[in-house]
Amino acid sequence: MSRNLPIVAITPFPVAAAHELGDAQLRANLGRATRTIRDKRARVVAEVADWEPMRDRAAAVKDEVLDNLAELLARFEAAAVAAGATVHHATDAAHANAIVTELVKAQRAESVVKIKSMATQEIGLNEALEAAGVTPIETDLAELIVQLADDTPSHILVPAIHYNRSQIRELFARRMPGFTATSDEPAVLAGAAREYLRRTFLAAKVAVCGANFAIAETGSLVIVESEGNGRMCLTLPETLIAVVGVEKLLPRFADLGDFLRLLPRSSTGERMNPYTSIFTGVTPGDGPQRLHIVLLDNGRTQVAQDPVGRAALRCIRCSACLNVCPVYERAGGHAYGSVYPGPIGAILSPQLTGQDAGFNKTLPYASTLCGACYDVCPVKINIPEILVHLRQTGPKPAAERAAMSTLSWLMRDRRRWRAALRAARSGSAPLRLIARRHGGTLRRVPWPLSAWTAHRDAPLPAAESFRDWWRRTHESS
Amino acid sequence: MRIALFVTCLNDALFPQAGIATVTLLERLGHTVAFPAAQSCCGQMHANTGYAAPARQLERLTEAAFAGHDVIVSPSGSCVAHLRAHTGLPAYELSELLVDVLGVTDVGATFPHRVTYHPTCHGLRMLRLGDRPATLLRAVKGLELIDLPEPEQCCGFGGTFALKNAAVSGAMLADKCANAAATGAEYLAAADNSCLAHIGGGLARHRGAPKPIHYAEILAATGAPS
Repeated sequence: MSRNLPIVAITPFPVAAAHELGDAQLRANLGRATRTIRDKRARVVAEVADWEPMRDRAAAVKDEVLDNLAELLARFEAAAVAAGATVHHATDAAHANAIVTELVKAQRAESVVKIKSMATQEIGLNEALEAAGVTPIETDLAELIVQLADDTPSHILVPAIHYNRSQIRELFARRMPGFTATSDEPAVLAGAAREYLRRTFLAAKVAVCGANFAIAETGSLVIVESEGNGRMCLTLPETLIAVVGVEKLLPRFADLGDFLRLLPRSSTGERMNPYTSIFTGVTPGDGPQRLHIVLLDNGRTQVAQDPVGRAALRCIRCSACLNVCPVYERAGGHAYGSVYPGPIGAILSPQLTGQDAGFNKTLPYASTLCGACYDVCPVKINIPEILVHLRQTGPKPAAERAAMSTLSWLMRDRRRWRAALRAARSGSAPLRLIARRHGGTLRRVPWPLSAWTAHRDAPLPAAESFRDWWRRTHESS
Repeated sequence: MRIALFVTCLNDALFPQAGIATVTLLERLGHTVAFPAAQSCCGQMHANTGYAAPARQLERLTEAAFAGHDVIVSPSGSCVAHLRAHTGLPAYELSELLVDVLGVTDVGATFPHRVTYHPTCHGLRMLRLGDRPATLLRAVKGLELIDLPEPEQCCGFGGTFALKNAAVSGAMLADKCANAAATGAEYLAAADNSCLAHIGGGLARHRGAPKPIHYAEILAATGAPS
């Protein structure tokens, strides 16, 4: 199985999260940003009377794609080729990177302009291009910020969510050629980036993009964006290369309507996104004259075989689940060690690259199973269910396994269970004296339960269990 | 009505008051409570920590223990949610039983205190308890119900999450405790003693913060000295 660093946790989640929690600036930035987006989302979703049936329809369409993946891919390819595109199939990240690098080299391009794309993040395309001597230039403002900072994205939609505007101004002053502004007003910063990017767009020979949707019926690709940088990349360069995950398919053009309503409201909290580009093949004399579509598998076909886990492939990368996740809000995106952070990342990364890769096995536990993610997911991915499924199928510590089977053995027999309750009660009797000082709870207990008392007092077994009370009061006659 | 009580393993061992309160309340309302002694745990902890086989054994044990009972009540939102998803048992969370099955909203309780209510995640999003608990609490004589800020935010318990991801859990708990303390309430009530053990353990370290209480204990209270 391919192991691609951009989607493998190289540090155990609890360790990485504890480290990130120590960054007060990060927590303040994240808290403010996620709260703003989730409030906006809640307002615009509440306006849509048929939101719930629309979620059901979208989930059904995505499941139809997963059920008929091979057939729909063939249909997409035939339609795209008929319209003048060239279609490539990439089994994994290295394969996809090799295809794209070769296509860029064939155009003798020294740089490429890029539209924000999760698929190219997933395969580490920028690093592969750099290694081949090609400079990739991110044209989405937030991706540009992350790239200038030599950083990695920490959010699917808002890759630079961990920066505030004064940090961004400082970064631009250090790294952006020609930047002179002293203000950190968002309009000033965006203006400076726009000027820098315009020069880049006009000189670019090759653009690289992903796709939000690929329509099997027509061979069209759809890109949804906010800044207009995408439209520049899609229309100015002579050569356009799209890297598209195979799960991005929609069977019919008519399916697109629901998704174009669901996606912006879920992701940016807007009723409609500013730019939607739908393009099909090549039109002589208008726009790119060479369109290459790289269909990326990279573990997806295998995930589609798992009857529970496959629903993760419905994901349309809106990131609503990140913005409502209390764990993401505290830990931030980098703690997940993957370009797919948050609840969706915790189920996607371990499935795409395996739970035995790096510390991927810690990701399914990075959740309280509070269910907020499932409630907001526009394609109704039952994320808590998949998290539990991955916990049940993944590797587990031997000591925990032993403790769990002992406990269930005690619980499976009423005499054993009653004896265990009584033993716990009498065993903890001396502690009751200590606990009296703190109103009946324990302030400190030994490892491994010290992880509990590091943050909160611990309760003691009751002086009389419920079943003993019941026997005394209801069965004494 | 004859109602079988699923007290839950946690309440049995650590918080029997919630079970006692449920029995006291239902008997006061004129119902007969049964306690099938073969019950222990619904399997939720095992399932959610990743142990499917022992979880299934405990689910089957619970089904066998309650075979033949038409109405089962439990003072735990998360255990009822687990039973509903993994067994065929007719299990109701206490507020569902009172409001939906028995049609009662005023249970005749008296509790002259300021109370705030935390709607636990499984009650809120898996059972969709909605305003049932608040409706019951508002009808309690003398009780002043104070809104908890950001009520839908998880407290950070999450079963073994509290141990495995102690730092994040602690950060979530700190925010929940701050919101609870800001209400000025004397008690923080909830429908799950697992979450309450976690929140209460945090509140115990804040002077003047609300005390944790299972809302069944409030509904059972009559103002008479216990």
